[in-house]
Amino acid sequence: MHEMGIAMQIVEIATASIPDDIADVRVERINLKVGKLAAIVPESLRFCFEIVAKDTLVAGADLIIEEIPINAKCNDCHAEWTINEPVFTCNQCNSGAITLLSGRELDIHSIEIYDKDA
Amino acid sequence: MLIPGFRTLRYNHRKDFHKSPHTHSNGHGAGGAIKTSTREIKVVRRVLDVNDAMAARNRELFAEKNVFVLNVMSSPGSGKTTTLEKTLIRIIPEIKSAVIVGDICTTHDADRLSVTGVPVVQINTDEFGGDCHLAAHVIEKATDNLDLDTIDLLIVENVGNLVCPAEFDIGEDARVVVLSVTEGEDKPVKYPLMFRECDAALLNKIDLLPYLEYDKELAVKYILQIHPDMPVFEISAKTGDGLDLWIDWLKVRIKEKIS
Repeated sequence: MHEMGIAMQIVEIATASIPDDIADVRVERINLKVGKLAAIVPESLRFCFEIVAKDTLVAGADLIIEEIPINAKCNDCHAEWTINEPVFTCNQCNSGAITLLSGRELDIHSIEIYDKDA
Repeated sequence: MLIPGFRTLRYNHRKDFHKSPHTHSNGHGAGGAIKTSTREIKVVRRVLDVNDAMAARNRELFAEKNVFVLNVMSSPGSGKTTTLEKTLIRIIPEIKSAVIVGDICTTHDADRLSVTGVPVVQINTDEFGGDCHLAAHVIEKATDNLDLDTIDLLIVENVGNLVCPAEFDIGEDARVVVLSVTEGEDKPVKYPLMFRECDAALLNKIDLLPYLEYDKELAVKYILQIHPDMPVFEISAKTGDGLDLWIDWLKVRIKEKIS
C-alpha cells in the first residue's frame, strides 16, 4: 500500500544519480535490492513506479528487483543460517538472541543508462 | 499491501521477484551474446534515506525536549483507541501526555481520545496521499501543534495496518503492537516484520475468550517464534483486565529515558 511513496523515492534518487553531462539520457534499468523481510510487493511497486516515473528522466525504465534472503547469526553459538520459515530462533541452539545480517534491504543498487557510444 | 512470502502466496510472490520484464544481457554473464549498450552507474542508497534522516531529526528533538515517544500499531479493529483511552486515564495523573492519531480520514479517534483531556492532534493521511502509515515528516509536522516542553509522553496511534507502519521509523523510543483475540492466531507469522520490530505486544479483548475458539497459547507461541523474549500483555481494554502490568512496563520504559 505504501509502494507509491517508495516509488516516488526511487524516482527521486534515480533521477539525482544521472550524471549531469549526459544529454538525452535514457535510463534502461534501475537495479534494486529488496530484503525478503521488507514490506514490498514487487508487482505493486512496478505498477506505482510506472505511474510516478511518467514525464521524468527515468520514464520507461525497468525495475529489476533482486531478492535478498533473511540471513541471521546467533549471538550465543555464532551459527549463521538463512531464515526460510517464520521462526527467528537459532536453528542450532534454539537461542532467541539473534542478529539479522540481511533481509531488511530496500536499496537502489545502480541505474543503467543507454549509452549510444557503446 | 504485502502478504509476506512465508505462506501459500509465497510461490507467486517469489516468482515475481525473479521476473524481468525484458530478457537482456547486462554484460556480466559469460553467455551474453548481444553486446549491451548500457552503462551502469552505482548508486547504493537506501530508498528510505529521506524518512530515516527525518526520523533521526525527530529523535533528536524528542531527546532535547525529554519526551518519550511510543508508536502504537495494529490491524484495524484490534482496539488500539480503546486501549489508549484506558491507558491514558490511568497514567495522566502521573505522566503528562499527548497523542498524535493517524487515520486515512475522519477525526473519530481523536474525538474519542480528547475526552481524556490530553492534547490530541489528528493526522489525516489523505492530505499526504492517503498513506497507510505515518511517516517521519508527518510526525514532525504534527509536533508543531504540540507543546513538547509540557509533556513527558507522546503516544502516536499509527494507521491501522500491520504491514507498512513497521517499515517507517518516526523517531520513536518504543513500538508496541496490539492484536486481538478476534483475529487469527497466526497474525504474527503472517506479518513477521511488525512483530520483529515491536518491543511489546498487547493481546486485547481477552474478555471475549470464553465465547471464541481462540487458541491463545498458539498465538503467544507464534509471537515468541518471531520475536523471542518479547513481553506479551494479555489485556481487556474494555474491562481493564491486565492493564496494570502493561502500564507498569510502559512507566519503566519512560523513566529509563526521562528520569
